[in-house]
Formats: sequence, C-alpha cells, structure tokens
Amino acid sequence: MLTIRVSEERVIAIYPSDKIQSPVHLSIGQEAVAAGVCRAMRPTDHLHGTYRSHAIYIAKGGDLKGMFAELYGKDAGCARGKGGSMHLVAPEAGLIGCSAIVASTIPVATGDALASRMRKDGRVAVAFFGDGAIDEGVFFESVNFAVLKALPIVYVLENNRYAIHSRVSDRHKQTRLCRLAEGLGLKGRRYNGDDAIAVYRTMSAGLEKARRGAGPVLLEYMTYRGRAHVGLERDFQEAYRYPKEEALTRKNDPIKALAADLVKRWGAKRKALAKIADDVAAEVDAAVSFAEGAAFPAPERLYADVFKEVPPA
Amino acid sequence: MKTLKYGEAIREALIYAMERDPSVFIMGIGVDDHKAVFGSTKNLVEMFGKDRVFDTPISEGAMTGIAVGAALNGMKPIHVHIRADFLYLAMDQLCNIAAKWHYMFGGKMSVPLVIRAAIGRSWGQGAQHSQSIQSFFMHVPGLKVAMPTTPAEAQGLMLAAIADPNPVILFEHRLLYDLSGHVPDPPAAIAFRLAAVRREGKDVTIVANAYMAVESLKAAEFLESRGISAEVIDPVTLVPLDEETILASVRKTGRLLVVDSGWTSCGVSAEIAALAAEKAWAALRRPIRRIGTAPVTCPVSKPLETAFYPNARTIAAEALALLGLSSANLEVPALTTTFKGPF
Repeated sequence: MLTIRVSEERVIAIYPSDKIQSPVHLSIGQEAVAAGVCRAMRPTDHLHGTYRSHAIYIAKGGDLKGMFAELYGKDAGCARGKGGSMHLVAPEAGLIGCSAIVASTIPVATGDALASRMRKDGRVAVAFFGDGAIDEGVFFESVNFAVLKALPIVYVLENNRYAIHSRVSDRHKQTRLCRLAEGLGLKGRRYNGDDAIAVYRTMSAGLEKARRGAGPVLLEYMTYRGRAHVGLERDFQEAYRYPKEEALTRKNDPIKALAADLVKRWGAKRKALAKIADDVAAEVDAAVSFAEGAAFPAPERLYADVFKEVPPA
Repeated sequence: MKTLKYGEAIREALIYAMERDPSVFIMGIGVDDHKAVFGSTKNLVEMFGKDRVFDTPISEGAMTGIAVGAALNGMKPIHVHIRADFLYLAMDQLCNIAAKWHYMFGGKMSVPLVIRAAIGRSWGQGAQHSQSIQSFFMHVPGLKVAMPTTPAEAQGLMLAAIADPNPVILFEHRLLYDLSGHVPDPPAAIAFRLAAVRREGKDVTIVANAYMAVESLKAAEFLESRGISAEVIDPVTLVPLDEETILASVRKTGRLLVVDSGWTSCGVSAEIAALAAEKAWAALRRPIRRIGTAPVTCPVSKPLETAFYPNARTIAAEALALLGLSSANLEVPALTTTFKGPF
C-alpha cells in the first residue's frame, strides 16, 4: 500500500517536469482495495484491470522499475513504452493487461476464466473495475455467461463513488451496485474497501469459492477517490463532489488506518513500520533513477509488434 | 486432391485442427444447431463435445471479449457469426482490445483468435442481415482480414488462421458455401498475403474479391467474346495485402477496375485504387474505375435489391467504359445462384 502511495506521490512531484507525457489516473486513497485483493491472489492467478492501473500493477507484483520506465515512455518500460500509465502489464506476475475503455477487460477476464476451466489449470481470474464499468452492457453479458458456465472468476468492483464527475446516484436507481447482478443469479457483497485486512479476508474467501468450482463471485469495495478522475489535483472543492468528503477521506486514510491497526491489534513495532517506509522510499528512488537513465525506444520500434510473427509451419 | 463444397472444406479444416490441437474450440450463435452455419459445423458437437463446440448467449460484445480472454490464457477460440452485421456489436473488443493487445503491451502477449463472419448477398435479408463490412477491419492495425473465395482457400486460410498467433477475421460470402472445388488431401494451410490470379489477360485488370471474383470471371468471359482480354485478380487476404500481384497486373494492362462486395467509400476498392495510384501511376493508361454496392442501405424489394449489387453485367459495362467502348446490348448472363432464403 505504501509503495503505491509513495510511487504516486512521486508521480505528482515529477509531473510538472513533463517527463511523464501521458495522462495519469491516481489511486491515492484507494490503495487498500488493490493491496487486499492482490495479496489474496496467488501469483499464478490472472488479473485484468483498468486505466487506473498503478495500484494493481504494484500490488500484483509488477516490477517498479518497469512501471516508472513505462510512465517515462522508455524502452525498458513494462510495455516497452507503447502503453503508458493506462496500459501497465506484468504477465509474469499475473497482470494480464489494463484497458482505457471502461469495462472492456471484464469479458476478457471472463474468457480467461473459461480457459482456466477448460484447461483445468487451477487459476482464478479477477476482473478489477470501477463503479463506472457496471454501467456497461458487457458487465451484465459477462456475468450471465460466468454464472451459466460456473466459471472461476471474482468480479471486484472498486466503488470510488465517481465515474469521472458523475455520482453513482446520477446513473443508477439501485445504488447498492453489488445487487445489480442478482437477476442473473449472482449475489454480490459490499464491504469497506478502506480496510485492507477486511478486503484481504473477504477476497480470500471469494477466491476460495471460485477456485473450488462454486461459480463466480462479485465483491464491491467502497472507497473514496482522493484525487481528480485524471491528473494530480485534489478537487474536493468542485460541485460534483459530495460535501465534506475531503474530511471523510482524511479520517479514513487507509494507510494510516492500517498502520494504527497493525500497532494496536497485531503488535507491530513502530520502528518496524518506519523501516518499511524507508525501504519503500529507497525502492521508489531506485525506480525513478532507473527510468531517468533508461533509453527511449529506437525510431524503428514504432513499426514493431503490430503482429506477432507467425511461427514456421 | 478431392472435391468439396466451400462449407464442407471449412468443416474439414475445423476437424483437422481440432483433432490435432486440444486448445482449439468453436463458439457462436447456432454452431451446434441443426443448421450448423451452412453445414460448416455439422456434427462437430457430436465429435468434440459441448465444451469445445458451444452455442452462446446473444452477447456479441462480451462473447468476443471472452474469446480474447480465452486466447490470452492458452486457448484457440474460433468465434462464428452467421451474419457479419453482428460484428458491429463486437467492435470495441475487436478494435480496442484484440487488435491492440500485442502492440499496446510491447509484444508481451498476443491474441490467437479466429473470427468467422458470413457476409451477404441478400435474398431479401435487407438492411441488417447482408452487409459486407470487411473494409472496417482493414482500417485498424493489428487485425488480419481475409475473404476466401475457393474451397481450397477457405480450408487453407482457416488452418493458417488457427495457427496464427494474431487475431484473424475470415469473411465468408454466403453464395460461396455451395460452390465446389478441389482441395488438397490432407488439408494444407495457405500462407497469408495472397492475391490469386483467377484469369490471365492483357487489356484490363479487374480486381475483385469473394463472390465478386466469381461474377468478374463471368464478365471476363463475355469481354473475351468482344475481343477484350481481362485479367481477374482476387485479393484473397486483405490484411496483409499482396500488393505486388495487384501492381504487376496493373503494370501489365495499364487499366484497373476494382470491384468489391461492400460500399466504395473508404472501402476495399478505395484502398486498392489508392495503391495503384500511388505505386503504379506511370503505368496507368486510363483513370481507375471502381464499383461496389450502391451507396445506400440494402433494400428488400427485389428490383431495388438487384440494382443494389454489382453483377457480371455491371462489371462488364464498367470494363467497357474503362476501355472507352460502348456497353449497349450487353448479353451477359444475369446473376445465377441456387441460394434461396429465408435462413
């Protein structure tokens, strides 16, 4: 969680230099969802995400140097500079891809789960998406198919209360979004997404259910978007936000809450937490230095990788 | 070598691939029903089971994404659409996801997906059940597109598409399913980047695909009776396009007529005309001409529908006009087909 926060704060610091020439969608304030979800997954489980992709990339175990190099558009980036912030990828860690079209990886994750069932590889696929994605038809089409075929998939709905600048209540009569799939035979559950340990526990149970063949699972995690939809700004003063939300966000900061919980309930030493913070800062420093020093793609890379080469017959 | 109908040749390719590769599976509306997509999937569910040959909910958008996801996780899906018109519902998954996954992620993953889609000539299917929308998919980098015309091509390109690690869309013209032709035994893949010389000639090049190639051959026979030697080139794979075969013919004849089963605007015919203008300008002795379906929505009323499509007669008339000759009193056979609806 801290790596996500510190990395994104570093992105904010670097951004005015124009070294990251790509839109960034930050997860500041939402880290507990990605952290709890990904920690519950096996490294071999497959995750499919969205353009708000830094948090899940880091939480799923993507290489931090590869992420910063990608944000810088460098050849050493996780997508060789072709994808940028919205399209982080780490197949070696189980992050299969992130898309900037809302809801578009929900069916892809569902097909990934279909393949796992056909191949009996023991994987669970996870579709990670926001509350805006549940507006799209492919969510319902995908859930219908997953229920029909009892696929090993967990649908993770990260509800940060806004689709760009649109509230859930402006888009849905039924604002308890986890209920929207009930007619298709999928009962969702809603949990506090700012409590990393609760996310981890509920996600672990969801993964276990999906893995044992009991069909798909839908988990809705409630959180707050701490920044603008895209970009660096804190935009709590804008009219689209619920009043007093900034105070709520500060009060419920999931990282501070987890740290306090670790000390109080789990006997963690403050010294140990400080050490973690130091290690994270050093790791982020190293990743930024790596990105700064890495080379841009050669001009001929523009035309590379449109198609994968066809193997000889 | 043996003789098969186009639909049978596809079926044999599917069986050949499925027997050899357990990751190949077929999904789509009606693939396991008694109609079996013009017979092309007949009895496959009995042969390979319901897990590998299955009907889908009518959810083209999600089902295309599901095929992509299965492809990313080690399977080789063949997604079948009995009408290409339904692909409009899958545009996001095809153009934003399947086409981009390899490039967008720096070559880390690819999507070995095969899409089959039947295109029309209509028999009263009208506006939304007969469209030839191949050109849409030529526009987006990352998709391979082919329109097999002969049974051997339908079979060989199907095998090539299945072996290809990239997304491939195969458009199958409905009027071709009953045409017979020689196919190799055992089936053999045909490499992509193919323009077939259907007939050699020296006076005019007619570039025409799928069923339009069949009509163009009839037109060429008529033109021969008028002393005109027409060369017919069929750009079987549109992406990648075999430019050299087309350009070599244009350089030989100096005259180009392009015929497509879709609309001309921003279409296959526009692309091929541009290719010739860019790369064989010096060889062109007359302005390029092209024909496609009329720039309107396909109507149902028979006389209007007939006028909507190019046919051997209109192709011959265009070729004559290109040569500066009169096209009065054309004795070209009208459309001959055994196809009848309603399905």
